[in-house]
Parts: sequence; C-alpha cells; structure tokens
Amino acid sequence: MILSLGIIAFGIARGKAKAQLENNEPLRSMPVYHGLYVSLWTILPSIFLVILFLIFNKSIFDFLITPFISASTISLGLDEVIYAKNFLISNISNLNNLTNSEFLSNEMALSLYDRYTQGRLIAFGSFIILSITFLSVTLNKLSVRFDARRKVESIFKFIFFLFSTMAVLTTIGIILSLIFETIRFFSQVGFFDFIFGTHWSPQTAIREDQVGSSGSFGAIPLFTGTLLITAVAMSIAAPLGLYSAIFLSQYAKPKTRDWLKPILEILAGIPTVVYGFFAALTVGPFVRSCGEYFGLTVATESALAAGAVMGVMIIPYVSSLSDDVMSAVPVSLRDGSLALGATKSETVKKVIFPAALPGIVSALLLAVSRAIGETMIVVMAAGLAANLTINPLSAVTTVTVQIVTLLVGDQEFDSAKTLAAFALGLMLFAITLILNIFAMIVVRRYRERYE
Amino acid sequence: MNKNNFQKRHRAEKRFKAYGLFSLLAAATMLAIIIGSMAYKAVPAFNNYTLNLEIDMSNLSPLDKVEDINYRGLIRDSLFTIFPEIQDRSKKRKLSKLISSSSGYSLRDFIIENPSYINKKFYFNVLFTDDSDLFYKGYVDTSLPENERRIDNDEVLWLENLYSLGRVQNKISSNLFLNGDSREPETAGFFGATIGSLITIFVTLILSFPIGVFTAIYLENFAVKNRITDFIEVNINNLAAVPSIIFGLLGLAVFINFFGMPRSIPLVGGLVLSLMTLPTIIITTRSALQSVPPSIREAALAMGASEMQVVFQHLLPAALPGIFTGTIIGLARAFGESAPLLLIGMVAFIVDIPGSINDPATALPVQIYIWADSPERAFVAKTSAATLILIGLLIIINLVAVILRKRYEVKW
Repeated sequence: MILSLGIIAFGIARGKAKAQLENNEPLRSMPVYHGLYVSLWTILPSIFLVILFLIFNKSIFDFLITPFISASTISLGLDEVIYAKNFLISNISNLNNLTNSEFLSNEMALSLYDRYTQGRLIAFGSFIILSITFLSVTLNKLSVRFDARRKVESIFKFIFFLFSTMAVLTTIGIILSLIFETIRFFSQVGFFDFIFGTHWSPQTAIREDQVGSSGSFGAIPLFTGTLLITAVAMSIAAPLGLYSAIFLSQYAKPKTRDWLKPILEILAGIPTVVYGFFAALTVGPFVRSCGEYFGLTVATESALAAGAVMGVMIIPYVSSLSDDVMSAVPVSLRDGSLALGATKSETVKKVIFPAALPGIVSALLLAVSRAIGETMIVVMAAGLAANLTINPLSAVTTVTVQIVTLLVGDQEFDSAKTLAAFALGLMLFAITLILNIFAMIVVRRYRERYE
Repeated sequence: MNKNNFQKRHRAEKRFKAYGLFSLLAAATMLAIIIGSMAYKAVPAFNNYTLNLEIDMSNLSPLDKVEDINYRGLIRDSLFTIFPEIQDRSKKRKLSKLISSSSGYSLRDFIIENPSYINKKFYFNVLFTDDSDLFYKGYVDTSLPENERRIDNDEVLWLENLYSLGRVQNKISSNLFLNGDSREPETAGFFGATIGSLITIFVTLILSFPIGVFTAIYLENFAVKNRITDFIEVNINNLAAVPSIIFGLLGLAVFINFFGMPRSIPLVGGLVLSLMTLPTIIITTRSALQSVPPSIREAALAMGASEMQVVFQHLLPAALPGIFTGTIIGLARAFGESAPLLLIGMVAFIVDIPGSINDPATALPVQIYIWADSPERAFVAKTSAATLILIGLLIIINLVAVILRKRYEVKW
C-alpha cells in the first residue's frame, strides 16, 4: 500500500523532471533522483509511523479493550481476564466471533467492533494524509535548480547510519534485558547466596508445606561444572587443533591441504544439535561401558563424554584461528631459522610458536569462550543435577543447561526460577565478553608488532 | 655436533610431523564416525512395514455420513477375520494394537478422496505400530525373556503368521518426508519442521541481508573515523562471539515479554536469528568490499561519480560474490542453530505444517532435539534420519557458497 504510493510518487516526479529535460531545461540532477527524492519522502514517514504502531501495538489494543473487559468480567479471576483479553485481541477483526464470545454482551461486542473499525480507519487515513502531504510538499520543492541527487544521497546515508546502529542496539538490548531481570532476581535472592552458594536446586515451593523445595540458588556448582566440561574439551581441542594447524601450514603439500582442509570445515559446519545427539546416543554409553570394563563407575551423562564431543567440535575453531596467527609471523623469521640449519619442527617449536604465542593464547581464549557458551551438546549429553565435583566421570551440569531447563516450557515471568536464568545469562555474557575483549586486544597488539 | 645427535633431531622431526598428521586424521575419523553412526542408525527410518487388509464396506448403513463411519472398527474387524481363532477380548485388544492408531484416519482420508469405494470390498494398506515395525526389521531380540521386550510371544506369533500369509509389505516411508510431528513414531515426519526452518530462515534473510550489507557499506565507505564508529565496530566484533543462547534470552525478554509477541512463531525466531547472523554478514561484506582494489574507486571518483554512485555502481557489483558467500555461510549457521529457538518456545509439539510467519512452528534442528528426548526406540532412527538430512542440506548450502565463490570471484 505504502509502497505503491511511493511508486506513484516516483513516477510523477520523474515524469515532471523528464518533461523539463525535454523542454531543454538543464536539470541539475537526473530525473531518477527527482523521482527517488519524492518517493522516499512519501514512504519513509509512513514506514516510521508503522514501526511506531508495531512497537506500541500491545498498549494500543490494551487501551482499546480494557474498558470492555473491566465492565464485563469483574467477577472473573486474574487469569481469566488475561485469557479474555488475549481472546478479544486475536478476534477483534471478526464480528461474528466477538458476538458469540462469552465475555461480551451483543451490544458491547458491536461497540467494540465499531471502535476497532473506527480506529483502523483513523490509522489508515492518517497514513494516506501523511503520505500525500509529504508528496505534495516535496513535489513543489522540485525545480530545475534543485539538487535532488545530493538530497537523496544524504537520506540514504542517514538510513545506512540507522542500520549500523542495529549492532549497538542489540548489545544494549542484551545488556538491559539481562540486567533488568537480574536486578529483579537479586531482590528475591541474595547476591552472595547466588555467587558463593554451593547448593543449586531451583525448585521453589508451590505449596508452603512441600518438602525439599526450598529453592536455593548457589551458582558455584554450575560454574565448576562448566569449567570441568570446558577443561575436558580444551584438553582435546587444544593439542589436536594446534597440531592440525601446524601440519596444514608447515608440512602438508598444497594437494593434501586441499583434501584435508574441507574435513575441518565440514566438522565446523555440523550443527551443535547433531554433536549433542551423537554425544548422548553414542559417546555417553561408550564411555560408560569403557569405564565399567576398568571397574569404574561412570555416569551415562558424564562430563567426559560431553566434554570430549565438545572438544571435537572446537578443533576446527582452534586450528583455523591458530593457523591465522602463525601465518602472520614474518616469513623472514622462519627462513632465518631454516637457513641456520634447524629442522622444520625446531623452527616451529623454537621460533614460530614463541613468536605467535600471544596470538595462540588469544585463539585458545576465544575457544574457551565458545566452549563455555556452548549449549546444545551439554543440554543433550550432560546432567541436570548440580554436583560440586571435579571428577570428569560423574555427571555435572552447566550454566547453559540450567538456563535452558529453567526457561523451556511455560513459565510465569516473576518467579525466582525464571529470573535466575537471566542472572545466569548475565554472568555468562560477562565472562564471554571479558574473554573476547581480552583476546581481541591481545590479537590486535600482536598484529601491530609484526606489521 | 655428533652423528647421534643428528639422528635424534631427525627422529624428533618425524615424530612432530606424525603428531600433526595424527591429529588431522583423528579429526577426520571423528567426522567419519559421526556421519557413519548416524547413517547406520537411520536405516530403519526410511522404510515402513504395512499390512494389506481387506476392508469390507459392503454392509454399511446408508445413513452414515462419510466422516462418521467407524473406520478403526472396520480395520479391526478385517484383522480379526484373519485370526478367527482369537475370541478372548483382551487378546483381541492386543491384536488390534499391532496396527498403528493412525490407520483409522488414513482410511477415512482415503474414502473421502475416493468415495466410489463405499459399499465395496477392497484391499488397503495400513501401518504397523513402531514396535511391530521394529520386529520386522529385526530389532527385537526374541531370545530375551518375554518381559524384557516390547513384543511378547503372542504378538511374535501373530506377526510371523501375518508375514507368512503374504499380507506384509515393505514400503519406503513417505511419512518421514511428508508429515509433521506426531506422538506415534510410525507417522512422525520432519516436513513440518523443515518448512518451519525455511520460513524462519526466510525472515532472517529478509532482515539481516539488507541491514548487514548497508551497515558494512556505511562503516567501510561513509563513516568518519570517530568514537561512535569505533564503538559500533567493537560492538559488531564482540556480538560475533557472544554465545547464541544469549540471543535467545534477548528474544525472550524483548520480543516476547516486552513487545508481547506470541511464542513459538517463526517471526520471532527469524528476528532472533537475524540479530545473531548480522555480525557475520557485516564482517564478510566488509572484507569483500575491502578486496576491491582502490584503483576502481579512484577511477570512478575521477570520472565525477558521487560517493554513493561509486558504491552502488562499482564497488557493490564487484564485491557481490563475496557478499553472497558470506551471507549463505551465515544463514547456514542460523539454519543449524537451535539453542536460541528453544528459549523462544519453538520447541513445542506441533503437528500442523506451518503456512506463515505467524503460525506456531518448530525448526529442523529443534525437531532433532525433541525426538532425541523421546523414549520410543523408533525415534532414534527418525532422529538419525533427520540429522542426516540436516547435515546433507547444510553441506549442499555450503557447496553452493563455494561454487558461487569459485565461479564469480574476480581476481584483481
């Protein structure tokens, strides 16, 4: 609708400009820009209005419906009022459903529907009026001397700038939403109980007399569990990833490289849910039966199984990052070492590796941050119970697992249980943020040293 | 330096090289094991055993509406005529439980489509339940004691009888590819989830591609180096490394809780995934724009083109293959992503195939997660099959990206 108006505006303005051109009047900008200028001014205000409307959609409907609800459903409980509201919102455009509904009498349904259609008419009319006003105003501004191109370009530039703030808005959105919910959480649970508590059982009592559901939110077992699984993963991914990178960059002939590199790329492209399924279905039972063979008791959802699979997932990540930093080491260093008679392995160990060490450390840090934030593998293959242990053969739970288990399914939004997930999310975000920024700074310094 | 030392150093060299080769081969082996085990476990999902039954609709009362006929009863009666010796009620019930509970509906659908079969006798194929199906596929170990298996001795006898009567056929399972989710493994399919995924990815593409590309253009060509643009850049680089589950929390708090959007819909899923994909697209677009040599830009500027004209008429066309590749790779990652979708409720049990961005839907990776959690044994095969399809789709998408890059990449 808005778009077609825009196209019409484009056509009118370009037609006008073309006519001027045919009269041998020297235009300052091409006709296309005249068209674009008018149509942009016709479309954009309306689009802005639509976005505003979408954002405040909920409150508009609330405003529209609330008087009817409060008049008709005083006797109902809170839940039913919410249900009635939702029903009315989703059926407001259908007069039949409204009159047949149990919440409204016939004449009330009619008047609600009337108000809805009126409101729609007003909104629709305001769009049209807004568009046409802007269309006529900008159309009048057009003249032979008018520099439409520059105007259009600055509009575009402004739009681009708005788009580029999306990333900042996302970050702000993440931080605000996490902090907001976390503050609400800490109003119910003490800060130090959360940070230093060693007992995690988020089941809050539904009835007063329930046993064993006091709801304690000590996050220590979750963080030790996360660290344990991360440590297992890194002890697999770090050596295998590094050695793969060294082999690919120093030893492999171009042809072998062409064959071997895609393997790592496919490994990196496998969705994490597949790794999780593999860990739960194959690796977990396998680790368990291996342990039983040696007379050890191993949980099916052991940290070892989840960590090992996560390690495999991270191998390509470590190898591509460390490949990058090692190839940034100046060739002259490498050639000098080889010229002095060192073998390739000695060059790697004594020259390239020390020179690339800061970069490799930051690559490993990025890998750790990824392991900490990894969700699906641990959700499917690690345990749910929070055990405070460093034995990789037992089942532990992680921060991400708890976020998912606390939030999947229908939850009311004010219990400590759901809010705890946001507090955990904030911790997770903070930890990964620190790791990422630290790694980025190290890499930047390192790059500058060799450039 | 003596000879001994020299040999030692060369042995160390060989060892070092072997470590490198070993770790690569280990990675390759893991890849082979993952795909191999999925393929091996997926085999039973691709075919179904069906039972050919003679349905007798000749003595129906003409008053019955087509929808109201007791189709399940018809199927049951037909099954009982094969085993006339069974009269015991509980045994009869057990016998009828060999057949999938969906068979009544499939017969109803068949009759509604072909009303000419009413009042006739005809043969119709019905599905077995997942347990009987697994028995035919050889996954039930009859040497185990009776109470340790899902199929008891009576049922084994009946199933073998049916087989020897030639009533049992082995067919490719179309349910797997054409159905939505179901509680019964024999009728569950991943078509609904795949469509849900496609709708979600479509929303992601629509939102993240223009925003990502324009952001990259702005930062690369128009932005003045100052604190604001520096801040934006740091933000983008950091967002690329934020765990995906955090985006799920964002979606839950902002889109669902604050804006009041409904749960489980592809629109919210697409919004969340596009925020997640945005940094990838921005970063790859910027590097694609950077790889266009400055001479092109300078030549265009020298010919009197404006900054905007340089970008849209020269830089962007030259960088387009790189931009497409980056977008496809980013979308492929979003396609395989499931953690944020769990949090915004796209993990519900949904039978219907979604038709729009506002229908409740789930995504293919989430479907794998749901099935992996189901206790029925037949779901293991279904999950593995869906996994194979997901990996296959992703490999195809990535291949397209590689081919695109190879074919249209301009070497400067």
